[in-house]
Amino acid sequence: MNVFPYLVAVWLLGVGLYGVITSHNYIHLILCLTVMQAGTYVLLLSIGYVHGARAPIFSGIPASARVVDPVVQALTLTDVVVEATVVALLLALVIQVDKRYGSIDPDEISRMRR
Amino acid sequence: MSALPALAVAVPLLLAAVLAGAQAVCGRRVADLLAIAGALTGLAICVLLTIHTGHGLTVYWFGGWRPRHGLALGIAFAVDPIGSGLAAFICGLTTLALLFSCRTTGVKAPHYHVLMLTFMAGMVGFCLSGDLFNMFVFFELMSVSAIALIGYKISEQAALEGALNFAVINMIGSFLFLTGIALIYAHTGALNLAQIGAALAHGGDHRVVVAAFVLIACALLIKAGMVPFHFWLADAYSVALAPVCILLAGAMSELGLYGLARIWFSALAPGLHRHTAVLSAILVALGLLTALWGAVMALRELDIKRLLAFVTISFVGTFLAGFGLLSPEGIAGVAVYVVADGSAKGLLFGCVGILQARRGVVGQARLHGRGRDLVGTGVLFALGGLFMGSLPPFGTFLGKAMIDDAALRAGDGFLPPVVALASALTSAAILVAGARVFLGWGPPLPCRPGDADAEAVSGDDAEADLAVRTPRVMTAAVIGLAVVVVAAGVYSPLDDLATRAAGRFVDVGAYDRSVLHHAVAFRSSAGQPPHWFDYLYGAGSVLLALAVAAVILWAPQRGGLLRALKTAALAVTAPLADLHTGRIGDYAAALVLGVGAIGALMIAVMR
Repeated sequence: MNVFPYLVAVWLLGVGLYGVITSHNYIHLILCLTVMQAGTYVLLLSIGYVHGARAPIFSGIPASARVVDPVVQALTLTDVVVEATVVALLLALVIQVDKRYGSIDPDEISRMRR
Repeated sequence: MSALPALAVAVPLLLAAVLAGAQAVCGRRVADLLAIAGALTGLAICVLLTIHTGHGLTVYWFGGWRPRHGLALGIAFAVDPIGSGLAAFICGLTTLALLFSCRTTGVKAPHYHVLMLTFMAGMVGFCLSGDLFNMFVFFELMSVSAIALIGYKISEQAALEGALNFAVINMIGSFLFLTGIALIYAHTGALNLAQIGAALAHGGDHRVVVAAFVLIACALLIKAGMVPFHFWLADAYSVALAPVCILLAGAMSELGLYGLARIWFSALAPGLHRHTAVLSAILVALGLLTALWGAVMALRELDIKRLLAFVTISFVGTFLAGFGLLSPEGIAGVAVYVVADGSAKGLLFGCVGILQARRGVVGQARLHGRGRDLVGTGVLFALGGLFMGSLPPFGTFLGKAMIDDAALRAGDGFLPPVVALASALTSAAILVAGARVFLGWGPPLPCRPGDADAEAVSGDDAEADLAVRTPRVMTAAVIGLAVVVVAAGVYSPLDDLATRAAGRFVDVGAYDRSVLHHAVAFRSSAGQPPHWFDYLYGAGSVLLALAVAAVILWAPQRGGLLRALKTAALAVTAPLADLHTGRIGDYAAALVLGVGAIGALMIAVMR
């Protein structure tokens, strides 16, 4: 087992989270979320990866061939769809924030509300 | 009959799709009727499912992918009475919320109805699913619908911020959830809960499994709004429409705990059962901390919706403490309490919705004494406050009594007084708000310019928009919720039914075998009616609530000791309130600290 992809996944999760906590721009913040999410994809795909195996499409290859795990790929794909929806929704909300406040800096907005 | 579990989710989702497609031809009335019909159908299916499941487990394999030789590849719905009962409760709550929103202003057909139906379908699917990743997908469906519903009043600034805070924090939660799922899959090669349980039964006590459990538990506790993951909740619930709040506070928060209980008992307990006592201590402590935190914040809050959001936090904390006992009696108590308390919270949010429809604002300062002519609403609101104080013999009392008994049986004698204190304080907060608004008691409060109401008054809800009479459907929905609370307390077989269902819920081996092999008999035990001391606790908590409410209302005029006491209490709890900054970054930092602390604690003790 190669430990490298797992380190990448943890790094992406951590650096994305750091971005979310320190962000001064809603769009930047949402993109940081997508970075975190990329960490979960890397984790899922590396769990199912088998060195030297083929894509899990059983046409033209013997049924006994070694393939990578298709389940985690399906999970990743499902998650891509789900999270794309959330990101689209969030960006739509940010457009509204910009229309109402003329700013997309969370700090500036909370100062305006005081 | 065999396809019932799938239909419980498919029918509302299909109806939502039809409504969304028929946007051009679908008026408000038609959308209202269709959505209510959809929710009622869901209710009927879930009730049938509960009856059909009876003493066993109804398992439905999508596409007929049944397990072979105890190996599950397909995706299953595994329905037990607790799951389908909760799903039925959610459908019932949705029905009443949709009935209530027939006359809510600012609702656009059919978008709102589509969102409500997908929200319901997500929650029902989460209750019925027997597959870890499937649970995650329904969890996300419910989150996405909730984001859109919370930010529904898109022209209001507070709604936007509430929705963004909710979305960002819950998205981080879903990454934790998914990472946990990935780790479990890596360790067991399974996603079906029963299959995971079977795999972990042989050498599942591994650090990877503990780490995965910590991640999944934190994700679900974020959804449930546990301290320190609760900051988003007050911001979000205080800006949503009243009927949406009925669902958020009555069902969604509780589902976080349901998910945790389901995943623990069905999948992870076989591997980690050695740590049951440690886990129980952590969960009970976290639950009681949350119960008290929510109660204190509710007492400090003047915006009634935000106050009810803190009440929600407090009660879900109590539920966590009850579930944290990890005994069938505790689960049974939580099940009864969730139904009764969810309905009581719905009743209170409904009253707030009526206030908003009639007066356009929800702050105690601006509403002071302006509810005097809304006698019926005032009576219902006060009743809701007393329900929260677990007034015997109603449903909230029964739930609390069952949790107390379970705690005493487990040897946690400190739990009943703490829970009674938390419920007395929340009840006092509600009674004070009710007395100020509907009776005009106590001195008038200063209106701060930063109030959420300042913008509501100048915004869309101008005076001309206000209803002259309370719409009948709103009253009907609120009374319906009150009836549920009363019925839950008066219907005597309930505690027995809940205890038997909970016995099946925690019977790990029987669940796993029933899903993977063939139906087997479940263990179950009989319930007990409340003891005499439970009545004492109930009465004591109501009396304490009345006393605290009286002190808050009249202390400033009387001066002396009581006034000093109130000033001291406000000063002591001020740092707590200062933590609720409204900034996403702060909330995310609290989340990291919480996950780190809980993770370090669990990994240290679960070695």
